[in-house]
Amino acid sequence: MLRNIVKNITAKSLRAVGKNNGLPPSLSHQRSLASVSKTELALKAEKVKVTFVLKDGKRLETEAKVGDTLLDVVVNNDLNIEGYGACEGTLTCSTCHVFLKQSDYDRLPEEPCDEERDMLDLAYGLTDTSRLGCQITLTKDLDGLEIQVPETINDARN
Amino acid sequence: MSYKLVKRMFCSSTIKKPPRQVCIVGAGPAGFYAAMHLTKNLDSVNIDFIEKLPVPFGLIRYGVAPDHPEVKNVINQFTKVARHANVNFYGNVTLGKDIQLHQLRQHYDAVLLTYGAEEDKVLGIENEDAGNVIAARSFVGWYNGLPSDKDLKIDLSCKTAAILGQGNVALDVARILLSPIDELRKTDITEHAVSALAKSKVKEVYLVGRRGPLQVAFTIKELREQLKLKNCSTIWRKKDFEHVEDVVPNLERPRKRLTELMLKSLNESGKSVDDLNSNYFKPIFFRSPKKFIVDSNHKVTGVELTCNKLVGEKLEDQKCIPTHEQEILNCNLVFRSIGYKSIKADNDIMFLNGLVPSNKGVVDDSNPDLAKLYVSGWLGTGPVGVILHTMGNSFQVAKVMCEHLTGADTKIKGGFQEIKKIISVNNNNFVDWDGWEKIDKYEIEQGKKLGKPREKICSIQKMIEVSRA
Ligand SMILES: Cc1cc2nc3c(=O)[nH]c(=O)nc-3n(C[C@H](O)[C@H](O)[C@H](O)COP(=O)(O)OP(=O)(O)OC[C@H]3O[C@@H](n4cnc5c(N)ncnc54)[C@H](O)[C@@H]3O)c2cc1C
Repeated sequence: MLRNIVKNITAKSLRAVGKNNGLPPSLSHQRSLASVSKTELALKAEKVKVTFVLKDGKRLETEAKVGDTLLDVVVNNDLNIEGYGACEGTLTCSTCHVFLKQSDYDRLPEEPCDEERDMLDLAYGLTDTSRLGCQITLTKDLDGLEIQVPETINDARN
Repeated sequence: MSYKLVKRMFCSSTIKKPPRQVCIVGAGPAGFYAAMHLTKNLDSVNIDFIEKLPVPFGLIRYGVAPDHPEVKNVINQFTKVARHANVNFYGNVTLGKDIQLHQLRQHYDAVLLTYGAEEDKVLGIENEDAGNVIAARSFVGWYNGLPSDKDLKIDLSCKTAAILGQGNVALDVARILLSPIDELRKTDITEHAVSALAKSKVKEVYLVGRRGPLQVAFTIKELREQLKLKNCSTIWRKKDFEHVEDVVPNLERPRKRLTELMLKSLNESGKSVDDLNSNYFKPIFFRSPKKFIVDSNHKVTGVELTCNKLVGEKLEDQKCIPTHEQEILNCNLVFRSIGYKSIKADNDIMFLNGLVPSNKGVVDDSNPDLAKLYVSGWLGTGPVGVILHTMGNSFQVAKVMCEHLTGADTKIKGGFQEIKKIISVNNNNFVDWDGWEKIDKYEIEQGKKLGKPREKICSIQKMIEVSRA
């Protein structure tokens, strides 16, 4: 439990680094360590259901906390999605690439920023509803969200 | 007692069948991703890494730029793999020197080659051996603390440098040359590089490409970073972009966004005010190096370039051919960044066009008495793509390995027990995972004293010493 919280904080502060571009990780780490607010803990109590659908059709259904990103969900629930989240949510890889349904894509509160689009441009099988899982934060609204995980096995020569 | 030993004792009771023995040669991303897949998908397997250096992670440690610490987070996933009770690391063991391929194939059920592509491609032009003509890869090795590059001879006292090549490594080199030194000090860049770069007089860096803006190999993230660099203006040549705007709508999204970013920067560059303190980043296109111009000391003073033109109907897939026009670029420092090739580490390894050819990763499975031989990562794909691509390829190859290893039972193989007997005749200095963790801890401590995340040890001897402390 404690481990999970620590992990969450780490993932979050790293994400902040990605967005602020250039803050040394150690600094932003301390900053967010100091600010684990009560509201954040309260939010964690709220759960939603999300389902990751793998390329081979396998469905990984799980409960997730509101306020977590899809990357947090995979890490905290130890979901078996190989190689997911190599850079730990810092917008420097695209291993957490997911496809969404058009309607889900449209109702996400935030559009992808330039840096997210830059990384998506390197992903396999990029679609119009592609996102990086580390940039999608779950809201109560997204209960029942279904996420398609693309194939990672691909030939670099293609 | 080591963490690993405890874990091994804990787990050993659950293992029934003798495990299949797998040897992975090279502990870079390709090797670790394969091990990740194998440990996850095989019930009973033992994996031994054999790595030339005393330390793991290949180009994550020695390639990825020091100002990109986030990219290196993947080390955490690799460390988890290495801490599996049935995964072992043997550093400072070189294939082809300490051990031969046929010996590995004798004592394992499967051997996977993932030793990368370490040698840099040469241009093969006049005066390429001149002073201050430097392989980009050696410069990268130098600032990242690769032991074999720590004594690189480089003179940074000139104003203008040229980088030949327009890939991401070329951009890494440009960024390191043009970054404010105080930004670099906070990274794990080696101290010898910081002190040399602090005195650097380089203010102007050309990025020379053979082809046009629509063919650049660098990716958008790296370009965006360069364009945002503090105290640095980017100057494009307007002429290089003729008609480029017209084809933008027809491009696929990644190429389109990249081209749009270049065009945006081109249109803004006219507005930037000249500042005496500013550095300049100057990409130029349609130029192939013809020869290096040298002074009486055989030190480079310029590059003679052949001007190229594009021919063909559609701008997007035009071919580049040389014209009779020449141009001279005056500069006293040149980096060659046109790609890499793999080396033949062992006489028994077959090579074709600079890589180890395979069928979905299978190199040779013809002799039932020898381990099947596989390849993945840059050694098998050629030195292209980012970690993501290396990952995809390694998973694919590991999947094939899993299918083979779950097949019929074969003779029990001795694995490292046998290999150790051979190695220790000449080399008793291999470094295991606990040894690496000691090195890791030591480097982080040394870094702390300097206000950096890490100060790497740049001598093999010292690494071995620390691993045994
Ligand atoms: C300068 C540079 C910067 C890069 N930056 C990025 C980046 O920011 N982001 C990104 O996604 N990708 C980046 N890449 C690409 C990434 O590094 C590669 O995709 C990846 O490292 C390839 O993995 P590999 O395991 O095939 O090879 P390597 O990483 O080269 O690993 C090979 C390993 O084999 C060992 N070895 C060599 N010879 C022997 C031998 N005879 N016996 C035993 N072991 C041996 C080597 O020491 C090494 O540890 C960069 C590449 C370079 C060159």
